[in-house]
Amino acid sequence: MTAVTRAEYCVIACAEVWRGAGEILASPMGTIPSLGARLARLTFAPELLLTDGEAMLVGADGTVEGWLPYRRHLDLVTGGRRHVMMGASQLDRYGNQNISCIGDWARPRRQLLGMRGAPVNTLNNPTSYWVPRHSRRVFVERVDVVCGVGYGRAGGARYHHLHRVVTDLAVLDFATPDRSLRLASLHPGVTAKEVQEATGFTLTVPDKVPYTREPTGRELELIRTVIDPRGARTREVPA
Amino acid sequence: MAGPADKAMTADAAVARLSSGMTLGIGGWGARRKPMALVRALLRSDVGDLTVVSCGGPDVGLLAAAGRIRRLVTAFVTLDSIPLEPHYRAARERGAFALTEVDEAMLLWGLRAAAHRMPFLPVRTGLGSDVMRVNPELRTVTSPYGDGETFVAMPALRLDAALVHLNRADRAGNGQYLGPDPYFDDLFCAAADTAYVSCERIVETAELTKEAAPQRLLIPRHRVTGVVEAPNGAHFTSCAPDYGRDEAFQRYYASTPWGEFAARFLGGGEREYESAVAAWRGGERG
Repeated sequence: MTAVTRAEYCVIACAEVWRGAGEILASPMGTIPSLGARLARLTFAPELLLTDGEAMLVGADGTVEGWLPYRRHLDLVTGGRRHVMMGASQLDRYGNQNISCIGDWARPRRQLLGMRGAPVNTLNNPTSYWVPRHSRRVFVERVDVVCGVGYGRAGGARYHHLHRVVTDLAVLDFATPDRSLRLASLHPGVTAKEVQEATGFTLTVPDKVPYTREPTGRELELIRTVIDPRGARTREVPA
Repeated sequence: MAGPADKAMTADAAVARLSSGMTLGIGGWGARRKPMALVRALLRSDVGDLTVVSCGGPDVGLLAAAGRIRRLVTAFVTLDSIPLEPHYRAARERGAFALTEVDEAMLLWGLRAAAHRMPFLPVRTGLGSDVMRVNPELRTVTSPYGDGETFVAMPALRLDAALVHLNRADRAGNGQYLGPDPYFDDLFCAAADTAYVSCERIVETAELTKEAAPQRLLIPRHRVTGVVEAPNGAHFTSCAPDYGRDEAFQRYYASTPWGEFAARFLGGGEREYESAVAAWRGGERG
């Protein structure tokens, strides 16, 4: 078997987000989080619920097992039995996330998607983020528009929980006294210095940072032959 | 014995009942089952100065580019397979209209509030985010019970009119969806004083449940003002299972300067639109 690629470490790191989550809906956005969720479902988290990306709940082989149109999806969000992994155009040290626009909201320099479900997601169910290109453009001191609510702004909202941030370089979490971003693991081949240099604010870097875990042989085989035989993962994170 | 009123009308007749300054809800979601034939009829009319409530797709892009929107109420605007709607973006970046940006749940609850004739519904969303900063008129409400939690009081999104597109309907206005997702179309109709349902095909009432489950009857006739038969009326958005999204045409729409697109496709009626699309397709293949 050929060496594990960066994209494959990213799939593993995304899958790990849903470890131990229980019988909840995994809502991955983006290619690699979707592959990660399916991998988790096929291996260590068989109880996860997945959708077909539209209105059906489906098993790992695509068998329809339920119906989840948008309105029921939003009911499920507020019911809390879900862990979403969203993208982020900007993300700050406390996990405030922006997907709305760049610049002044009243007259944006670049209009993006809009708030979408980020406000309701972050106040109601566990939320993680996926950043396929870790850079200072994404990891900024202050986001221009707060869509996903970060620590310090949630006002003690009872269901607010930011779990992890997975990027093409590393895994980050909020396990610091002030709930700010901390380097949790490096993908093999990446240094802490590289991650810090690609981040627009100072990260908490523990003395010893572990590497993102290796995939098992079974996991690699599933990624390469079952979940993503056509290599969509390398279009999001080059090998 | 007299039956319910026959509400069948043309798209132009439906749009003739709208007027400038109205608050208009548009059904569908992103680039999925949008009432595009009704939007095109709107573009042929001189109705403008609209407040548009929509889970935005090319409906918003077309109306924004044509300068018909005074205020947009939305959580996003997307073409789905093309994440960012270029004509909407351009209009927003030149400050062409006001925006009430809420999140998806707030939009859903705002329509529910209107449908239930409530002034607001409490929602656990918005607090902590810039939804509150960019909508300073939003108020909160505190639970009178032991928990004392504070919520956003999402105001009712009451609509003057709703435009939706479904797969089938009868002439009385009973509307049926056959695809995977009803989106919010019934709520748009219930939140509106008047509602216009376009459909792929008008059928006899008995036909509606001949092959499809009664649960697919999404919109009841008492919410409907007019029924428009508009085959291919969601084009270029998807209208499953009747047809999928016209991805090639959507790409052309997204990559063509607005003036050029409008002159080529939006100058005439729906029949002219269909022939212009057919000519474009022939030219592209040739």
